[in-house]
This record gives sequence, structure tokens and C-alpha cells, in this order.
Amino acid sequence: MTLAATVGSLTTGTTHLTTGTTDLATGTTNLVTRTTNLVTGTAHLAAESRGFLSPTGVEIAFLLVGLVTFGAAVITVTTRQLVHAALWLVVALGGLAVEYLLLTAEFIAWVQVLIYVGSVVVLLLFGLMLTRAPIGRSPDADSGNRPVALAVAVVAAAALVWVVVDAFRTTWIDLDGAPAGSTEVTGASLFQHWVLPFEALSVLLLAALVGAIVLSRKAKAEARPEADAAATAPASTAPDTPGGTDTRRDTEGAR
Amino acid sequence: MNDVLDVALRLLVVFVVFLTFPLIVGQTEHKVMAHMQGRLGPMYAGGFHGWAQLIADGVKFAQKEDVVPAGADRRIFQLAPAVALLPYLLVLLAIPIGPDEGAVGQVIDAGVFFVLAVMGVGVLGSLMAGWASANKFSLLGGLRTAAQLLAYELPMLLTAASVAMAAGTVSLVGILDAFEWWWLPWQITGALVFFVAGLAELQRPPFDMPVADSEIIFGAYTEYTGLRFALFLLAEYAGIVVLCGLTTVLFLGGWHGPWGADGLGWVWTLLKTAVLAFVVIWLRVTYPRLREDQLQKLSWTLLVPLSLAQIALTGVVKVVFL
Repeated sequence: MTLAATVGSLTTGTTHLTTGTTDLATGTTNLVTRTTNLVTGTAHLAAESRGFLSPTGVEIAFLLVGLVTFGAAVITVTTRQLVHAALWLVVALGGLAVEYLLLTAEFIAWVQVLIYVGSVVVLLLFGLMLTRAPIGRSPDADSGNRPVALAVAVVAAAALVWVVVDAFRTTWIDLDGAPAGSTEVTGASLFQHWVLPFEALSVLLLAALVGAIVLSRKAKAEARPEADAAATAPASTAPDTPGGTDTRRDTEGAR
Repeated sequence: MNDVLDVALRLLVVFVVFLTFPLIVGQTEHKVMAHMQGRLGPMYAGGFHGWAQLIADGVKFAQKEDVVPAGADRRIFQLAPAVALLPYLLVLLAIPIGPDEGAVGQVIDAGVFFVLAVMGVGVLGSLMAGWASANKFSLLGGLRTAAQLLAYELPMLLTAASVAMAAGTVSLVGILDAFEWWWLPWQITGALVFFVAGLAELQRPPFDMPVADSEIIFGAYTEYTGLRFALFLLAEYAGIVVLCGLTTVLFLGGWHGPWGADGLGWVWTLLKTAVLAFVVIWLRVTYPRLREDQLQKLSWTLLVPLSLAQIALTGVVKVVFL
């Protein structure tokens, strides 16, 4: 149940992100003027035509990928099949990576794939398979908080969209010039202007790591007396333990 | 027009390499394993030393019935082989085999990150297969696959980061341009860790716990038949090609050779890749399978500390001597 909740919260997070990105998409649709240039043949005319939804190749691709990402995110939170939710999350996260690519932020895109698709989702799937991952619907995976979750998601998305649109309304990225999101540019800005937040984040991660180790060690210390007891118990009772866990696992597996 | 033709030609070459090299590795594995075990291996198909054995195998797989178990999750079950195979095709695009402009499918700015990220995605295919098969052995195989990936992704990334630090770039082409011969002893620990972790990620022996046939039949692929099973096998061998190519590019200098590499850079790349592929096969024949706990222990207590030490060494040498 906790896992399902985690998936839920993660995916609502993604929904926010994707709604944010969709709006970025509409914002960025105006960025590329190259094709318009080619079509109209005059530069100044293209500069004037930075209107809403000027249809150039990259813009259309951006919008379509945004729609796919958004759809995948919605399915992630609404599907009743746990593993399907995790796999739709892959589509949503991958779609985000493609959006980064279209905005020339290549490095961020690959890191997105590496961390989220390659590690976080694999960890999620691992957790699901280890606990319960029935094929088909899991009726108990619904928390009854759907309306509240929807309200929170809509409010958060609205806030994000509003802030992003307000902040970047008149900002243009020149997609034709030198890539604004190449590894070099990203690294330079990260370690020149943003080095303090970066270090703060790494301290936070270190704290999380230490916390995880402490938690796992405590669990081990509690488990050890039982193991010792099992080892010293008469041989006749020992086989009960694995048998018991097996049956429990079978019923919990629900396959 | 020329651009379009150029792109099409590159894609075609990469695709042909993707289809042929894994088969060559597979055939070599047949023969090398056989001779190491005092057998002859395939001798009949095709006439000369059974060279067409894998083609015959492919025809056989194509003729078999494609079965989806009744309790399986149909769509995911059918989708899994593609998810397992396609990432390796994408990775091949980014591996440079020669010094020239034209010797790489597509120059990617953050090449190291691209290849590692996309290779990690391939494991999702095994996970999907393991879960969707509705089979306990498959699920166990999927679980072991996931645990193995989580353990071995880290040392792989760390050692790749060490090379990127040494070269001062994360582009595969840039790393090769910056390569000097003394990187070989400098990065040797990283190279070993990378290769071992890569083997584990491919689930090749001695790290084939997820498909251990004597315990869980064939792990995540137990329920697969026909062409889809063949695709999983192809993914494994494509993975060998990709891993050996990557190790060559990152640690062994790729197209650099001891006697100058004018026009012959790609020969060096292929030669080094082939030698590494031979080592992969050799390890399969000679090493017993590691138990699950030994697997995890090897990664967390040996490979991760070693790769961290390699990063420290790289940093010290880079700052003090360069």
C-alpha cells in the first residue's frame, strides 16, 4: 500500500511536471522560426510571425510529444494495474526527456533517462514485484482520496503553469544557434552560478544515504535475535520457518 | 539531398552491423566453447565448419509457434523483446570506430551518458518479460535482473565518469581524441570494473544468476518461444558487441594503435572489440556461476570501492601531473 501511495505521489508529481511542460510547449512553439524563414524567404517577416502556435517542425514535434507525455502521465495515475502504471511512467518520463532534447538540453535529457527511466522506475518495478504485482486489476490499489488528489494536482499544476508562463513569457531560446543546453554550458552554469545549491543538494542526499543505512542497520539488529533463536531451536521446529514464509509469500503474491 | 543520403547510409551501416556482429559473436561462441571443451561444435550447416549454424537456428526460431501463456499480460509480454533489443541498436549509433568524421553513426555531445542511459533501459525488457509471463520462475528471474542492475549500474557509471574526468569531456569522440597510451595503466582498474559490471548487466556467465537454468529454468525468458525468444538471445549478443565496443572506446583507446592508425583506425577498434568478445566467451566457459549473495557482495564491497578509488586516482593525477 505504501508503494502504491509512493507511485501515486510520484505520478501526480509527474502530472504537474507534464502540465507545466505542455504550457512550456505552447510558450516555445514561438521559438523556432527557421522553417518559417525558409518558407517565407524573408527574415524580418519571420521575426514578425512569432505568434501563438506558428507551425514549424520542432514546435509541432514538441507539442505532440507534450501531448503524449501528458496522456501517459494521466494514464499512470488513473490505471488500476500497478505495473502498468509504472510502465506508463516510463513513457511519461521518456517523453520529458524528448522534450528536453527538442529544447537542445541534451545533457539533461540523457540524465533524465539514466536516473528516472533506468534507475527509479527499475527500483519501483523491483519493489512492486517483491511485494505484490498481480496481473490484471488490483482493486485495493485505490485510496478513496481521488477527488482530493485531483484537486491538489489541478491547483499545483495551475500554480506552476501560471508561474512559468509569467516568468518566461517574453523569453526566447534560439534553437538555431549554439546549443544552449550542451554539457559544457550546463556544467559551467552549474558549477559557477549554482554551486551552492548544488552542494546543499549533495549534503541532503548524503543525509538521506546515512538515514537509509541507519534504518537498515536497525532492522538487522532486531532481526538477529530471532535468527539466533531459530538457530538454537530444536531441529524439529526449524523447518517450520521457511515453510511458513513460503505460504505467506504465496498468498501475498496473489498470482 | 546529400545529407539525406548520408544519414540513410549511416543508419543502414549501423543496422547491418547490428544484425551481423551479434551473429558472428554467437558463432564464435559456439566454436570457441566447443574447442575449449574438447568438442568440435557445429560442423554441418553451411558445409565449412558449420558457419551457417546460426542462420539455421534463426530459420528454426522463425518456424516455431509464437505462444503467449493464457494467464500472461498479453501486450506487455509481446512488447518486452523489442524493449530489450532496441536500446542496443541505439547505442551502436553512438560508438565511433575510426578517427574520421564519417566513422560514427551520430556524434552525440553527451555520448557517455547517452550510451549508459540507453543501455540501462534495455533491462526494462527483461523486467517486463519476467512480470508479464505469469510464471513464478519468470518473476524470480525478473527480480534477480532488477537487483543485479541496481547493484552494477553504479560502478559502471563511476568508472565511465573517471574516464570522462581524464579526458575532460563526456563525448565518446572527444574521449578518443584526448586518449594517450599511458591512460591504459592509469585507468586499468576502471577498465576492469567497467567490463565486469557490464558483464553483470548483460547477465552473462559468471553473472547469469537471473537466467540460471538449473534453478529457475530460463528466468524471465522461460515462457518465450519462437521469434520473440530469438530476439532476447539477439539482445544478449548485441549487448556483448556493445559492451566490448564501449570498453574499447572508453579504456583501450579505440582507433589508436601502436603503429600509427592512418586509415586503419577502424581495424584497431574491431580487433580490440573482437579480443574482448573472446574474453567474454572464455569467461563463460571457465567460471562457475556466482550465487546471488556473492553477486551483490562483489558489486557493493569490491567494485564500488574500486571505482571510487579509481576516481580519486584520476583526480589526483589530473590535478598534480597534468
